[in-house]
Amino acid sequence: MSMYFTKEHEWVKVEGNIGTVGISDHAAHELGDITFVELPKIGAVVKQFGVLGSIESVKAASDIFAPLSGKVIKVNDALDTAPEAVNESAEDAGWMAQVEITDEAELKNLMTQAQYDDYLKTL
Amino acid sequence: MDTKLQATPISGRHRALNALMAPFGGWDMPIQYEGIIAEHSWCRSQAALFDICHMGEFIFQGDFEAGGLEDVFTFSVKTIPPGRSRYGFLLNEQGGIIDDLIVFRLAEDKVMIVVNAATAPNDFAVIQGRLKGGTFTDITAATGKLDLQGPLSRYVMVEIFGEEVATLPYFKFITVNILGVEAIVSRTGYTGELGYEIFIPSEKVCELWDLLLTDERVKPAGLGARDVLRLEVGYSLYGSDIDEETTPLEAGLGSFVNFEKNFVGKDALLRLKEQGVARTKVAFEVSGRRSPRHHYDICSAGETVGNVTSGVFSPMLGKGIGIGFVKPQLAAIGTPLTVSHERISMEATVCELPFFKGGSVRS
Repeated sequence: MSMYFTKEHEWVKVEGNIGTVGISDHAAHELGDITFVELPKIGAVVKQFGVLGSIESVKAASDIFAPLSGKVIKVNDALDTAPEAVNESAEDAGWMAQVEITDEAELKNLMTQAQYDDYLKTL
Repeated sequence: MDTKLQATPISGRHRALNALMAPFGGWDMPIQYEGIIAEHSWCRSQAALFDICHMGEFIFQGDFEAGGLEDVFTFSVKTIPPGRSRYGFLLNEQGGIIDDLIVFRLAEDKVMIVVNAATAPNDFAVIQGRLKGGTFTDITAATGKLDLQGPLSRYVMVEIFGEEVATLPYFKFITVNILGVEAIVSRTGYTGELGYEIFIPSEKVCELWDLLLTDERVKPAGLGARDVLRLEVGYSLYGSDIDEETTPLEAGLGSFVNFEKNFVGKDALLRLKEQGVARTKVAFEVSGRRSPRHHYDICSAGETVGNVTSGVFSPMLGKGIGIGFVKPQLAAIGTPLTVSHERISMEATVCELPFFKGGSVRS
């Protein structure tokens, strides 16, 4: 199973035609205590790098962008009452949505884990 | 503009603790150590230690009336009993707030004026310009200030400063000997919890910081937690909720203005009292966990009717809370409002202050 990243610090894990999306450990750490996650609606159709939802911490509010185009098939609604799960486990239990991927070719616009790690060093 | 930041005597300790540092009021200050919510919760349940060395302190010595000090602030200085302090404002001629501050009556002819960091240089110039006598000194650089706040702070303070602290009432202070110097211990703060502000010569403040942290009930907290704590109890933040364009009457702070005496800005406030204010402060709760934020619009019936000046997610209430200014007819408790910013929109209801009513401040 491969994990890909955007420059805006979202990740997507791809399994078959399903992509699980969240924000990176780096982003969660930068945001600080996360207090609210706006999840997309199931059935919503999102475009690559279009707005998927938003996330708020004590310090800031930011949009979450879709790493890949697709249709939202599942959301992590545990985050409605416990958004701190994103701080505790941003790249696993703090996932936000699952999308049915429409175009796997879009992966070429994303970074691999190694590329993302290098990218973080430039920030 | 000079962008060089000033550092407090404790900044080395903050860095050693790996604090997130950021500019505040011209100073390089700790925003958080382990995390804003953890530090907030420690302050509400234990005792949190804040480095507040950035705030300004001035000394006036002389005859308060002949020296002109009595007419400088919105409250009377000469009627503050020695050993007590009073909160109020320095206003401009238009009644706008140049700063909010506390005056400590140190002696028959001597007060300490404690002001915000960003405004301190201008405050000093304004106050000096209004004085006719006495001596007026800026002791900011020589003065360290630590705040210990939280329901357990009294136990910690008594162990370090002695029994005398145990019975100190709210807005009263004492002078104590500690670490070979004189310090002022004041029962005041900015968190809504039982707490103390300690003024100590700056060369000893780091030693006192270390001493307070030897108590395991004490943990350091940054300005991030301090902002959440103060907003949960509805205290105004200068530069966000109040400024030179805002009068105490609009800001719901008229009780800190004494119209029985003279002060700069009085005529403007009297006129405003007669005409009525065009906007007034409201407190509101959001239905949900989104945070209102400074500069978000406040709307009613599809129209923008004001703006948010402070907002945050309240860990105590589990929802967003905020302060803003609206037309007076929308300020009644229970009035529904919409807070919006770009794609964000949240339903809010005007409520009473404080948001969080369970603080230990007067216990």
